[in-house]
Amino acid sequence: MPVNRTRRELADMHTDIVLKHDEEHRWCLDCHDAANRDQLHLASGEPVSFDQSYQLCGQCHGEKLRDWRAGVHGRRTGDWNGHKKYLLCANCHNPHQPRFKAIEPKPAPKRPTPPGK
Amino acid sequence: MDSMSLTPKVNRRQFASCAAAAAAGWLLTACGPRRLSEVSPARLKELLAGMERQYSAKYGKAVTVSGAQAIPGVEFAYALDLSRCIGCRRCVHACVEENNQSRDPEVQWIKVFSMEKSKGVDFTEADPYYHPAEVPEEGHFYVPVACQQCRNPPCTKVCPTGATWTDPDGIVVIDYDWCIGCRYCMAACPYGARHFNWGEPTLSRDQLNPSTHYLGNRPRPKGVVEKCTFCIQRTRAGRYPACVEVCPVGARKFGNLLDPDSEIRYIIEHKRVLVLKQDLNTMPKFFYFYAT
Repeated sequence: MPVNRTRRELADMHTDIVLKHDEEHRWCLDCHDAANRDQLHLASGEPVSFDQSYQLCGQCHGEKLRDWRAGVHGRRTGDWNGHKKYLLCANCHNPHQPRFKAIEPKPAPKRPTPPGK
Repeated sequence: MDSMSLTPKVNRRQFASCAAAAAAGWLLTACGPRRLSEVSPARLKELLAGMERQYSAKYGKAVTVSGAQAIPGVEFAYALDLSRCIGCRRCVHACVEENNQSRDPEVQWIKVFSMEKSKGVDFTEADPYYHPAEVPEEGHFYVPVACQQCRNPPCTKVCPTGATWTDPDGIVVIDYDWCIGCRYCMAACPYGARHFNWGEPTLSRDQLNPSTHYLGNRPRPKGVVEKCTFCIQRTRAGRYPACVEVCPVGARKFGNLLDPDSEIRYIIEHKRVLVLKQDLNTMPKFFYFYAT
């Protein structure tokens, strides 16, 4: 089946995916590889695996990539002086809609009770 | 000329009774409780084992009490990204669970203030009791405040019993066995970071985190002051504090100020950093920054 590269309303597959990530200028195959759907590709066409996806994100978000490498952007868990676990961009941000959704806050502290109440 | 002498006359009997009183006083002090810094390693081990037995019996599960000392060459510091925090209070509750704060009366070491973007960082307008359905709220930003681990801490200077001090890794700690509950330190702290156990703390068997530290999250009695210790039981074992790990937006950063490759040093060297109430010269080791 030939690859249809035209931008269009998806009707047959992936109808649940809504692209809200510079959607005016980008389309599925700008990141996903048309020849091998199990990998991504950079703007240069160079293939990138899903576990290296930060390279793809870093093409536009260079300063975020720089901060992420330094441990300043994103969450790290583990040991401050030993083995740190990094999360990939896509572990926190949905690549199709990267802006965080609002969440419910945990309960507020109790107000101090006046004496005798 | 004898009557002009300034030296009071002391007879043999008076001297003997004074000397006896002084000797008794010295004996009482020497046999009484020791400060942690004066306790021998062997004695400390016994003390910790005694606490472990006491807490294990009280809560019905195995509790460990660590006496881990500061790691040489380490000075801890913290940074919080104000441009990321969404005010979800995950840190507040993770801290309570990790550090065995009393659930009722409620003690929380972290307080998150909601502030209006149009007013900037202004504590007179800040609201810690916000409870919208969802955060972040339009036009608001959030400033979580806990102990700022000052280099020039006003709290330790006013303690009449020496129950609170700065350990070599920069953590301001409290020895609950020495705290007499006078709350001078709470009055001295400009950040409201110290909390008093007004009632007997309630903490169930299931709520108790059994991995504790002598100067940190071991169960507290009524009538003592407590505060953030940078999760001393975790950080002296190399781990990140609980609030750092739980933060869903990665706003919380922690590390060694003396390590030039640490993320904390990167932030101080590359980002716009501020400390709260800088004019008080408390020199906090808790930095706020804007990553974007």
